[in-house]
Amino acid sequence: MIASVEVPAESHNGSDGPLLSIENVTVQYPSKKWRSPDFLALKGVSLDIRAGETVGLVGESGSGKTTLGRAVLGLAPVTTGLIRYDGQVISAMNRNQRRSLSDEIQVVFQDPYTSLNPALTVLDILTEPLLTAGTRRAEAEQRVKDLLEQVHLPRDASNRLPREFSGGQRQRIAIARALCRDPRLIVCDEPVSALDLSNQSRVLDLFIEIQERTGVSYLFVTHDLSVVRYISHRVAVMYKGEIIETGDAAKVTTQPKEAYTQKLLLAAPVPDPARQASRRAARQKFSAKLHVAGPFENPAS
Amino acid sequence: MTIPPIDGTVTATAASGETAKRRHIVVRLLQDPVAICCIFVLLLLTAASVLAPFLTDQDPIKSSLAETLAPMSQQHPLGADGVGRDVVARLLYGGQTSLAAACVAVLVAFAVGVPAGLFGGYYRGRADAILAWASNFIMAVPAIIILLVVMAAVSQSTYVAMAVLGLIVSPSVYRLVRASVVSVREELFVDAAKVSGLSDARIMRRHILPVVQAPSIIQAAQIFGVSIGIQAGIAFLGLGSPTEASWGAMLNDAFANIYSAPLLLLWPALIICMTTASLALLANSLRDSLSGSRRRPTRHSDRVRDGAPSSEGSAAGDFAEVADDVLLAVDNLKVDYPVDGGRRTVVDGVSLTVRRGQVLGLVGESGSGKSQTAFSLLGLLPPEARVSAGRLLFDGAEMKGLGRSAMNRLRGKRIAYVPQEPMSNLDPSFTIGSQLAEPVRQHMKVSAKEAKALLLGLLERVGINDPARVYSSYPHQISGGMAQRVLIAGAISCDPDLLIADEPTTALDVTVQAEILDLIRSLQAERNMGVILVTHDFGVVADICDRVAVMHTGKIVETASVKELFSAPQDAYTRMLLSSTLEDATPRSPLKSMPKLPKRAQTA
Repeated sequence: MIASVEVPAESHNGSDGPLLSIENVTVQYPSKKWRSPDFLALKGVSLDIRAGETVGLVGESGSGKTTLGRAVLGLAPVTTGLIRYDGQVISAMNRNQRRSLSDEIQVVFQDPYTSLNPALTVLDILTEPLLTAGTRRAEAEQRVKDLLEQVHLPRDASNRLPREFSGGQRQRIAIARALCRDPRLIVCDEPVSALDLSNQSRVLDLFIEIQERTGVSYLFVTHDLSVVRYISHRVAVMYKGEIIETGDAAKVTTQPKEAYTQKLLLAAPVPDPARQASRRAARQKFSAKLHVAGPFENPAS
Repeated sequence: MTIPPIDGTVTATAASGETAKRRHIVVRLLQDPVAICCIFVLLLLTAASVLAPFLTDQDPIKSSLAETLAPMSQQHPLGADGVGRDVVARLLYGGQTSLAAACVAVLVAFAVGVPAGLFGGYYRGRADAILAWASNFIMAVPAIIILLVVMAAVSQSTYVAMAVLGLIVSPSVYRLVRASVVSVREELFVDAAKVSGLSDARIMRRHILPVVQAPSIIQAAQIFGVSIGIQAGIAFLGLGSPTEASWGAMLNDAFANIYSAPLLLLWPALIICMTTASLALLANSLRDSLSGSRRRPTRHSDRVRDGAPSSEGSAAGDFAEVADDVLLAVDNLKVDYPVDGGRRTVVDGVSLTVRRGQVLGLVGESGSGKSQTAFSLLGLLPPEARVSAGRLLFDGAEMKGLGRSAMNRLRGKRIAYVPQEPMSNLDPSFTIGSQLAEPVRQHMKVSAKEAKALLLGLLERVGINDPARVYSSYPHQISGGMAQRVLIAGAISCDPDLLIADEPTTALDVTVQAEILDLIRSLQAERNMGVILVTHDFGVVADICDRVAVMHTGKIVETASVKELFSAPQDAYTRMLLSSTLEDATPRSPLKSMPKLPKRAQTA
């Protein structure tokens, strides 16, 4: 085992500051139609992630959860507000400044079929970030062997093409690529949504295992409450571009305060006929009540 | 441990099947006889041109009046032309000029078009707009007039003319490259490369150029052929330099002597035709080998074939007295597809029954054959699929061997279908109303007006607040959940006995999923329909199903009532699946002040 605890901490930002802090971030896309209002994908979102922590970001399609992940990665334009990483403002960086962050912040995308270049072998995919950083080829290839082992893929995987692997294995390759440069934060955008049930839990276990070994932080974007409950320390619920509830995973995903989160929870079916019947009854009662109170226009208020 | 290593087993089979596809494009090209002929002709022409000084000792330029229109002889194998130049020498040396000048055209076209396409496609914005404008401008200019002006005013050299031609056709390269770049730049692997810190130049070289490569080669072959043709045209008009031997100049000379020596026209015409035809055919072969096999799939009849009844007595016993309320009884259903040198079975002996008013869940992971089973019941499999069954009873009547028209009468009217992706199952160019009304009018034999009245009622029934507006909307104007409601309304419009739903809620948000399941449940109860629900989600199964069949690698491993399946699963695979569900997993506890790890302490 690695005696990591004994090594003195050398974080840049004092003792208690968060690793990533998102402060009142707005992302606005200009409208495609003439004179119609711009589209606000994020409306003043604030969120902190500490070192070694998983923050789950849960919401339905169009809630802005993916946009927030992409804003952290520098792939979506931050209109107003700040994103700080380790004390440093990263939201206003250009492409070249941003490249220096590539060994700090990494990504695992949802679709393991399009996130790996189909024309490159696994070895090429995994050595690329290392060679870019100036690692020597022999060293990079050795590192790839270690990485494949870390994500529990066979060592001979490196000479094959992505299409020769199943969805779960491809996602492991994508995770290995994210781990290449020992990042301290990985943005995971629905990384298990495209996977089969049995692979889903295995890949989640791999994420947890890696976190416990390396102390990496995750911003874990997903639509699935049960996934977020399993992997997150803390959970933020998004609705129409805003975070409407945050808190510890156990609390938010089992006894949510906000009506919208309650609705999400009651809508998720339980794999047990009797309990699902009662959850369904509760949901129908709940939505009848909401119907009287009016639709979800502003659940945050 | 009972959990089978699913990850591992998949690779073994996948890897062996994929090696065939990995063969290099060149290897595939060399299996095409047309391509081999074309390559041979082009290589022969190139070699003959390059080796011209060794193949003939005649001068292609120097005229000799004594040998004007000399007949074929030892000295002039194909005779001499109007000013006494050897035809063979002119063909060989002319090939040098023609092929090299065509290369110039291709190189210029690519030197201009590729960087412009890469730049415009990758960075978009203003630069892209300017490039697009410039390309449109060049394309609007009449090419042949520009060429004539250049040759008359600037230089008579064929090479200069072909460089100008390269510039004129460069927009076609630009457009091709730009289109490829635009489609690939949105791919997630390009985003991942950005996050990995790759420079733009490296992203273009590693991730974008390879995508552009293949179509570019085809384009190059085409431009090459076009420029040979245009060269001949220009030289034929007499604009070429008299000091250059070229195929076009030979045509010009031959035309002047067409009455005295008609054969002179034949040789350059033949060689020009051979070259351009080879290039065009080679481009076609390249395209074919890039897009895979050209072979048409062997088509099997739509009829379900006779298969052996299942060997197990229990299933047969079930059938012995097909009870009145059994709506669908399937025995030993098999589906297979042709693969290299054999057939691959994707559904392997499935037997199931659905009673009236019963919801049967068909559960499994991807590749388990659950959707293939559902599609074979609907007759929606691709033509190369082969379906057989021991028995296929729908409402007491045998469906096996029914032809297409008989199946069409069942499908839609008595067996309805709800798809996984509601949006892609609606045609964007027709209103929702017209798409829904067509099958209703066909099956129910009612007027347009009656169909509309019926459908408006159904749309209201499936929970659409403003049926009249939705009826006249186009699919892009409604949300995914609404589209699924529309499709459900369409599915029940002909009052079916059996509804087959293939992952009907997988593409929807969880709150919408709950509403759609409520809707299916209430419609099913109201109409006493049998339902087959294909899903991978045990939550959905628990919510709506009465009976469940668990599928794994084409076989049903377990069938049970929903209560039994969850309380006492029998099969190891079912137990593994159930234990993988996360719904009941304990939430992760909050982070206890995690020891701060220095960044690279663990990599030693």
